[in-house]
Amino acid sequence: MQTLTQRLANPTRFMELSAQLLPWISGAAAVIITYGLYLSFFVAPPDSLQGETARIMYVHVPSAWLSMAVYALIAVSAFGLLVFRHPLADVSAKAAAPLGAAFTFLALVTGSLWGRPTWGTYWVWDARLTSVLILFFLYLVLMALRSSIEDESLASKLTAILALVGIVMLPIIKFSVEFGNTLHQPASVIRAGGPTIDAALLTPLLVMAVGFTLMFVAMHLKAMRNEILRRRVKALQLAEVERAQGQLAAAE
Amino acid sequence: MSAFLALVKRDLRLAVRQGGALGTALGFYMLVVTLLPLGLGADLNLLSRIAPGVLWIALLLAALLSLGRVFSSDYEDGSLDILATGSLPMELVVTAKALAHWISTGIPLALMAPVLGLLLNLDIGAYPLLVTTMLVGTPAVSFIGAVGAALTLRAYRGGLLIALLVLPLYVPTLVFGMAAINGLLGGTGTGGAFLILTALSLISAVLSPLAAAAALRVQMQ
Repeated sequence: MQTLTQRLANPTRFMELSAQLLPWISGAAAVIITYGLYLSFFVAPPDSLQGETARIMYVHVPSAWLSMAVYALIAVSAFGLLVFRHPLADVSAKAAAPLGAAFTFLALVTGSLWGRPTWGTYWVWDARLTSVLILFFLYLVLMALRSSIEDESLASKLTAILALVGIVMLPIIKFSVEFGNTLHQPASVIRAGGPTIDAALLTPLLVMAVGFTLMFVAMHLKAMRNEILRRRVKALQLAEVERAQGQLAAAE
Repeated sequence: MSAFLALVKRDLRLAVRQGGALGTALGFYMLVVTLLPLGLGADLNLLSRIAPGVLWIALLLAALLSLGRVFSSDYEDGSLDILATGSLPMELVVTAKALAHWISTGIPLALMAPVLGLLLNLDIGAYPLLVTTMLVGTPAVSFIGAVGAALTLRAYRGGLLIALLVLPLYVPTLVFGMAAINGLLGGTGTGGAFLILTALSLISAVLSPLAAAAALRVQMQ
């Protein structure tokens, strides 16, 4: 009896399965995000204190959630590569890094734009903002390390080690910057004692969060497919070069 | 144990006799601190207020300079291969080399800080505190740095990449180093920050050799 992860260890099987799933997931993401945008612009009431500006929340909060969730996915993939040598783990980690960086960047930019009217400044050295900024740097460093090592399998293993170092360090970094005070509001959806946010605002937020997550899954699957195809092309090119060299050697 | 001590001794001897390594770090430290008042203006009140932060950040940057050499010189001349095949586990090799880096770079930089504090009009009463927090915090700098050095061993532009890689990981050390000084200076009673700084150094001394040794093993194959 094979588990799903074992079955997916065969890249051809993954390509078949993802080809079938991808249109459905992308379609669902598009529909849900459209519905979520409709809800957040036309149905959700403006915030009693912040007015219309609070609507940026519907993009900001899902991006911020994804920025952390994607790093967790990278760390799990890194573990899968180093411990189980799963052939798709590295493909997944490599494909997720730029996407995670993009969502983190989106969270930072929308947060900054939201901060201008509500806090009166684009940027404050607040604990949450600082830890998200450092998370963004960690994503960039993951990509930089991978791109600066020529041997691809070596690069993927070293990047995996760095991803695991990062997942150990991230809570410590978060704890350290929270040592000071924070201007950012505390978590208001996922907290002990139920959400403090009203249902009229919460529903569009959750719809957008589901839509963003599906969008990430669709983009991640597509990026993984591209990476697998890229590796196949590279292997074919290498085989071609070897064949040509063999012919040259035979001619001499 | 004797192999471990021999490795520490060898690295320290190399740091002293090869020349350049320690002098460069100290010179860089001094120059960064000299440039800052020139850039910020010579307001002595401002300088004495920001002095601990300036000294800590300059120390981190100066320590980075010599981190690249922790493994790369041994990798280039092949002694790292010999160490890898020797009886000492790779984790202990990393520990020995990071320890030697701390003794040859971290301690001199921390002891140099009061001299530079004079230039920044830092209150003389703060010197013992400053040196103590730096001595307690710099092991974390060397050990976390060793992970960066191990990961970038075979990277292009390893020297630049190591700075990118390690500086975000230095955030907790910097924050708690500063909190320890400010808490003890301001008398607001956050001696807790000093204990956390100690814990950071101890944890990094235990965990980073594992990560660095894993990274080295992958590259030695």
